[in-house]
Amino acid sequence: MEPIVAVIVGVLMAATVYLMLSRNFVRFIFGLALLSHAANLVIFASGGMTRGRPPLIAPGASAPPPDISNAVPQALILTAIVISFSLLTFALVLAFRTYQELETVDTDRMRAAEPTSAGADAGQRAVG
Amino acid sequence: MRLAVALPIVLFVWFCTMIPAVSGGEVLVWGTAWLPQQGIDLDFAVDALSLLFALLITGIGAFILLFADEYMKGYPQRGRFTLFLVSFMLAMLGLVLSDNLIALFVFWELTTITSFLLIGYSHENATARRAALQGLLVTGAGALAMLAGFVVLGQAVGTFSLREMLAGPERLADHPHYTAIVVLVLLGAFTKSAQFPFHFWLPNAMAAPTPVSAYLHSATMVKAGVFLLARLTPLLGGTALWMGTLTAVGAVTAVYSAVVSLGKSDLKQVLAYTTVMALGTCVLFLGAAAPGSGEGEPSRAVLAALAFLVAHALYKAALFMVAGTIEKATGTRDLTRLGGLAKAMPVTFAAAVAASVSMAGVPPSVGFIGKELLYTVGFAPDTIASLPWAVFFAAAPIATIAIVLATRPFLGPAPVYRKSVREGPWALWCGPVVLGVVGLYWGLFPEFPFMRLLVPAETVVNGYAMHTAHAPWHSTGEALALTLVTLAAAVLGFWKRAAVANALARIGGLVPLSGDRAYDATMNGLAAVAAWQTRRLQSGVQRHYLLIVFATLGLSLAVTLWVKNVIPWPTRVAEATFLDWSLAALVAAASVVIIRTRSRLLGICALGVVGISTALIFLAFGAPDVAMTQLIVETLVTVIVAIVLLKLPDFRNEIWPSKPARLRNGIVAVTVGISVTLLLLAVTGSPPQPDLREYFERTAVPGGQGRNIVNVILVDFRALDTLGEITVLAIAGAAVFALLLPGARQRQGVPPPGTAEAGARAQAWHGSIMNTMILRETTRRLVPLILVFSVFLLLRGHEHPGGGFVGGLVASIGFSLYAFVFGPQAARGILRADPRAVGAAGLAVAMASGFVGSIRDTAPFLTGQWGTLAGLKLGTPVMFDVGVYLVVIGVVLTFVLGIKEHVAGTRGQQGNY
Repeated sequence: MEPIVAVIVGVLMAATVYLMLSRNFVRFIFGLALLSHAANLVIFASGGMTRGRPPLIAPGASAPPPDISNAVPQALILTAIVISFSLLTFALVLAFRTYQELETVDTDRMRAAEPTSAGADAGQRAVG
Repeated sequence: MRLAVALPIVLFVWFCTMIPAVSGGEVLVWGTAWLPQQGIDLDFAVDALSLLFALLITGIGAFILLFADEYMKGYPQRGRFTLFLVSFMLAMLGLVLSDNLIALFVFWELTTITSFLLIGYSHENATARRAALQGLLVTGAGALAMLAGFVVLGQAVGTFSLREMLAGPERLADHPHYTAIVVLVLLGAFTKSAQFPFHFWLPNAMAAPTPVSAYLHSATMVKAGVFLLARLTPLLGGTALWMGTLTAVGAVTAVYSAVVSLGKSDLKQVLAYTTVMALGTCVLFLGAAAPGSGEGEPSRAVLAALAFLVAHALYKAALFMVAGTIEKATGTRDLTRLGGLAKAMPVTFAAAVAASVSMAGVPPSVGFIGKELLYTVGFAPDTIASLPWAVFFAAAPIATIAIVLATRPFLGPAPVYRKSVREGPWALWCGPVVLGVVGLYWGLFPEFPFMRLLVPAETVVNGYAMHTAHAPWHSTGEALALTLVTLAAAVLGFWKRAAVANALARIGGLVPLSGDRAYDATMNGLAAVAAWQTRRLQSGVQRHYLLIVFATLGLSLAVTLWVKNVIPWPTRVAEATFLDWSLAALVAAASVVIIRTRSRLLGICALGVVGISTALIFLAFGAPDVAMTQLIVETLVTVIVAIVLLKLPDFRNEIWPSKPARLRNGIVAVTVGISVTLLLLAVTGSPPQPDLREYFERTAVPGGQGRNIVNVILVDFRALDTLGEITVLAIAGAAVFALLLPGARQRQGVPPPGTAEAGARAQAWHGSIMNTMILRETTRRLVPLILVFSVFLLLRGHEHPGGGFVGGLVASIGFSLYAFVFGPQAARGILRADPRAVGAAGLAVAMASGFVGSIRDTAPFLTGQWGTLAGLKLGTPVMFDVGVYLVVIGVVLTFVLGIKEHVAGTRGQQGNY
């Protein structure tokens, strides 16, 4: 399964990058959501994948059977999911408030902090 | 501040008491562990070489501190100056006494930093600032190379302890990294000891107050490089590379700077260049020391270098203090504007003469003995033939300078000074007089310094003892003859000094390149590169930054994988089931939909497909906890995205990047995707590291009292991580709340979330759209069940799938559902508290659980404690999990209720999704 997950992660990463490079903040946030899925799957697959054997210890036993799935990446991912959820929410609210204040979701036009200068124009031309 | 003088005096006396033992070959050792895991300890060892330097540092340091106390009167912040000077002294002592190379490096850098602070002491002066920075950068860059050399050296020998290194049987000459070690270490030593072509920072460092020049930049710090070379000679010396480099660099430095000093008229500049000459001479003779086995009688080049070094430290510190005293009295240190001071300042004059006699190498002085040794070694049969001439061309100009220094300011007609010239207070002339007298006294009675200090130090450097004792006054005929020639040349040079200075000025104008100019060019070049790359990279356009980041990521991954050639061919594809393939296909298809769709609703749905497919992968591969969390989070994400996107413009009027830009973005995206796939293939193809998982599996029940290993890791083994993570959650909740406060340009007058007004508005809005009877009745009965279920999940988490995160998320879903059906105000009503307060309480509970163990039996923070209460097994990890549960509820409800209340009162793009 790991090779298939590797391909899935590749597809997710490509989609993430493409979305984040578009000018629309909303697409950027879609990319952010995909990125966290990709990252979680990378961690999950790196720890090795075992089908259908949760890392639980049976009552009475002091240690689990030898071939259970790896608990370490699961613990990492579990908190990562909640944190990326809060990050995504933050980004969404930020987009919403930005739109209220600047009346645009086009990142090229969000220039309150860095007003356009000659160098920035060149950069904008460079990225098309 | 004068009290500070006591410190070097006490230390000096203490070091003096060590002389009898150490000169007999004993090594006194103190030590304390610092980083024993890395082989880095604060070990100090006093052998004859370090004792010699320690005596110089404390002995001269006492006079310098006394002098500085008087000299610095009228300067601002003298306390700070004294602090820097004393800090430097202690750092320098650490440097010469350290037995550990890494600790030595740390002290080395401490001297660099204190030197920087002292050169730049008059920081309102641009010249001083530039000189300080230049000294810091030149010596700092050299030290960085030296650190690399130390590390390679430590790897090669297997220890960072100097004593263990030197006790080792073999020299390193045959080691494959020998050349690298030598080059790197020499870079450090040469920059610190101002060897050509790195010498330029030292004359510039004369921008420092004179006590600093006397102490750091002539008598002690700049000798650190010489010290290091001497220290490492037994280990690294004796090869053609070592000897060739040291003699060549030392000779060029000595002759060049001696000649240049003739053309200077600023007293401190003259002294600075003669200092560079002395350092070059010491390096030259350390390099000329032929490897010996103790058989036969090799030359005494090391003894010559050390004797010259001590002589120089004595007369140069004295002369610098004399220069400072003169400047203090007359207001100038320009030789051409000085004269006739002998009558007004007789004591200073006497000290200057005494020091100059040693500097010129005239008997009876320790300087004479030093130079005689240099010549004697130079004529010895086993040294390089041109050695005496290198010394001659360095020594003759220096002797001329000595005559100039002793006569020019003091004799001849007195010009008109700005103020009336008087002898300074005793604190100013005490040091020069004592040091000058010691220079003469040791010239007359060299028995003590040579037999007790210098010869033992020579033995340490050579690694073996000489058979014959040294007879200080025993010069060979050739050496004596050359001494006479030197003095004659010096007198001739003094007589014709105007002509010499003119000639030097003409030659100096012809030289196009100097170290100083190269330094400026380098610094300007760096600044230009920085400006250029800032213009190129920091465009201020967000996509531009991301493009650079992603392109770098993709390329560096691809290149690394290609160079390392670690991509295995996937082997376990055959094991994949139909379910696996279906999930993969779903994710791929949904990703394509998200990229291509112009409908926000379709985008949200496709996001949900990806999220739920991921959750199913987790479920299929034995991660029920993760799958549950993912599923519930996915629900919440969909809800929140749907609310917010409703208020944002849809994709129909979107400005897309231009077609070539889209193509380029696509190429970058595909590159990153393929690179990450290959990386993951490489990672999963390599054998797993089972240590960590096996540890957790083994200790979950006995150590963590739990059967759900994931939960035990989260709330017990790695509880500190989790505490950090729920803190991040709480911060995100606070940030979202802050974002939702009404902004400056808000026209609608939206009330802040959580206020009664906002609640009433949202409530009214809800009442108008949410009036489905079935939904309301179902919710009313379902929400209590959901909340009970969430507590059940929380409590079973330590034994079965569940826990605080999932429990908290489920409870949040319950409250959110209630808020959607009955309005946020009603949800706040059943919560009975501000969600922010719930989150804060959760953090407090989690933290408090960590202190239980600390209070009960002083266990580290967050150590799990277990006990039974009324037959129920209770533990602090469960309490911690309750904290997690509360934080999750508080944060998620801050999100959901805040967004609902804010959005309810806002006009937005009420168009289609």
